Amino acid sequence: MIKIGGIKRTTVLLTLLTVVMFGFGYALVPLYDVFCEVTGLNGKTARIYGKEASKLVVDKERFVTIQFDSNINGNLAWKLKADQKFLKANPGKFYVATYTVENMINEEIVGQAIPSVTPQIASLYLKKAECFCFKSQVLKPGEKKKLTVRFEIDKDIPKDVESLTLSYTFFRALKDKKRVS
Amino acid sequence: MSTKAHADHDHHDHKPTGIKRWLFSTNHKDIGTMYLVFSLIMFFIGGSMAMIIRAELFQPGLQFVDPQFYNSMVTVHALVMIFGAIMPAGVGLANWMIPIMIGAPDMALPRMNNMSFWIMPFAFALLLGTFFMEGGAPAGGWTMYPPLVLQTGKAFPFLIFAVHFLGISSIMGAINIIATVFNMRAPGMTLMRLPLFVWTWVITAFLLIASMPVLAGAVTMLLTDKYFGTSFFNAAGGGDPVLFQHIFWFFGHPEVYILILPAFGIISQIIPTFARKPLFGYASMVYATASIAILSFFVWAHHMFTVGLPINGELFFMYATMLIAVPTGVKVFNWVATMWKGAMTFETPMLFALAFVILFTIGGFSGLMLGITPVDFQYHDTYFVVAHFHYVLLTGAVFALMASAYYWLPKWTGHMYDEKLAKIHFWLSAIFANVLFFPQHFLGLAGMPRRIPDYSVQFADFNMVSSLGGFAYGISQLLFVYIVIKCVLGGKKATGQVWEGARGLEWTLSSPPPYHSFTKSPKVTKALMDY
Repeated sequence: MIKIGGIKRTTVLLTLLTVVMFGFGYALVPLYDVFCEVTGLNGKTARIYGKEASKLVVDKERFVTIQFDSNINGNLAWKLKADQKFLKANPGKFYVATYTVENMINEEIVGQAIPSVTPQIASLYLKKAECFCFKSQVLKPGEKKKLTVRFEIDKDIPKDVESLTLSYTFFRALKDKKRVS
Repeated sequence: MSTKAHADHDHHDHKPTGIKRWLFSTNHKDIGTMYLVFSLIMFFIGGSMAMIIRAELFQPGLQFVDPQFYNSMVTVHALVMIFGAIMPAGVGLANWMIPIMIGAPDMALPRMNNMSFWIMPFAFALLLGTFFMEGGAPAGGWTMYPPLVLQTGKAFPFLIFAVHFLGISSIMGAINIIATVFNMRAPGMTLMRLPLFVWTWVITAFLLIASMPVLAGAVTMLLTDKYFGTSFFNAAGGGDPVLFQHIFWFFGHPEVYILILPAFGIISQIIPTFARKPLFGYASMVYATASIAILSFFVWAHHMFTVGLPINGELFFMYATMLIAVPTGVKVFNWVATMWKGAMTFETPMLFALAFVILFTIGGFSGLMLGITPVDFQYHDTYFVVAHFHYVLLTGAVFALMASAYYWLPKWTGHMYDEKLAKIHFWLSAIFANVLFFPQHFLGLAGMPRRIPDYSVQFADFNMVSSLGGFAYGISQLLFVYIVIKCVLGGKKATGQVWEGARGLEWTLSSPPPYHSFTKSPKVTKALMDY
């Protein structure tokens, strides 16, 4: 008993399903980003703006140690150094940390820093008002530059987080790419 | 059908001759044969790569090949065996058997069937051609993780397009199978009377359609990352290499069931035949297969426990993975219960089926061990993983395919195969597959990493044993080729029924079946499938 119409319908539906699943593969990309941002996975840090900053309440009783780490991706001839190894911070108060970056070769290069926070849960509470990672950096041959990051640790940060690490990795920026995470 | 006068099958048996018969074939039996022959050739190509791997690992130190070539052996061996040997063998069996199992004259979309086969030789020409290219064949592992895979030389786009083509080919095959089973069953062949091989293939086909496009998407992202400046997986541009692993394994886990579900179907045909009893629980087998398929979409991250998932994620994927053991257990107990108090005989298909049940279960258990998150941190990327997936794929899927070949060869060729040689082939395979892979469990637990051409000396003895088993297993497969050729050329005439305990429509046809079968729909009754 051959259902010719049925064959056509099944084929069309299944072809459609194939296309939908191809699209779903791509839809996983934004889904993944949203998931990471909500959960703070991957050390994706939050960003705050002027208005919110005025509402800060400082918790003077508590100190969270924040350690600064720096890395350079293999194909970038730069040197990056944190000017302070660590800082003891009161939650709810703004701090400024600086890094020094230096271009080691005779070529103008655009670099992009990608931040990462561990433990991952802490990344939800480390809020940056200003950061050199927001945009790409251009260094002339041999140029040395001071880079700043202004941040606060949210006072709601879980009690068991006594220290956290803020790490930056500089990559050679992709041509014309100015996206910042 | 209107052509009553043509009911005589022989009259229908005219077919194109020579190369045209194969190039332009729309006949499900011819296409099935081509798929099976192709997969056997690929099995030997992939197998010779395995021989090179085992030769290099025979002793510590670098003896035969340089590490880059070794890595490409590991990579291409996997791709060839998965996409070239096991999957096409399954599709070939489906092509040959599904129409005659459900009483259909052919597949629903015969021209597409032809195309989906002929894409494959081209896809493998792309893939295997990379060995002669600057930079050599892909060597970043079959999982193609970035950023490593992006360092592949000229071979990179060839790898991607080969994967695309193989995906297209298998999706077309899958659409064809579903369209056939849904629309071309003989009257009385209700869904719950379908032979289990057909059921497992329908479910496999849905898995293919749902997962292969996701792989196609993932490799397309790799392609645009390398050549068109996107940064899906590039941290410098805001992407994330771990994302690739998520997308890849969203495809990858259903893929492992694509490889094994048809094998489950084969075993569920063979055991009742040689136990001369109906399957213990038909419905539970169908539902177990479906639940395995559905669950397979929710366990992907157990392949990546060590990437730094949050604890809740690790727990979720661990529990979901454990859950799969339940329907799989249903299957194994089903097979055992079918044999219980059965009047069993032990022809070669049954021997392979029994070995499958035992050895696949061993592979399943080592899979459970790997599924336990905290211990996976020790097992991850060691030879324990290699041992695990070779137990489920070689002594699992490949043994089932061997069983099916012996089971259906008399039906295909009209001749009985040489039972004595086949039994020798079985025992050589069963013994040496274990000599080959069992010691790899110990190597893995002792900490030997996978995908390395050299290793520290404490691993030397077990590696030597494993290599010896590998060579013996490899050589004994040549016996299979000899048996098949001998059977095609002649032998004792097979009856239509072939096996005393065989039930189902395909056994009502002559052996070999006429070129065009069931041009007139048969009536299917419950008695036909009963014992």
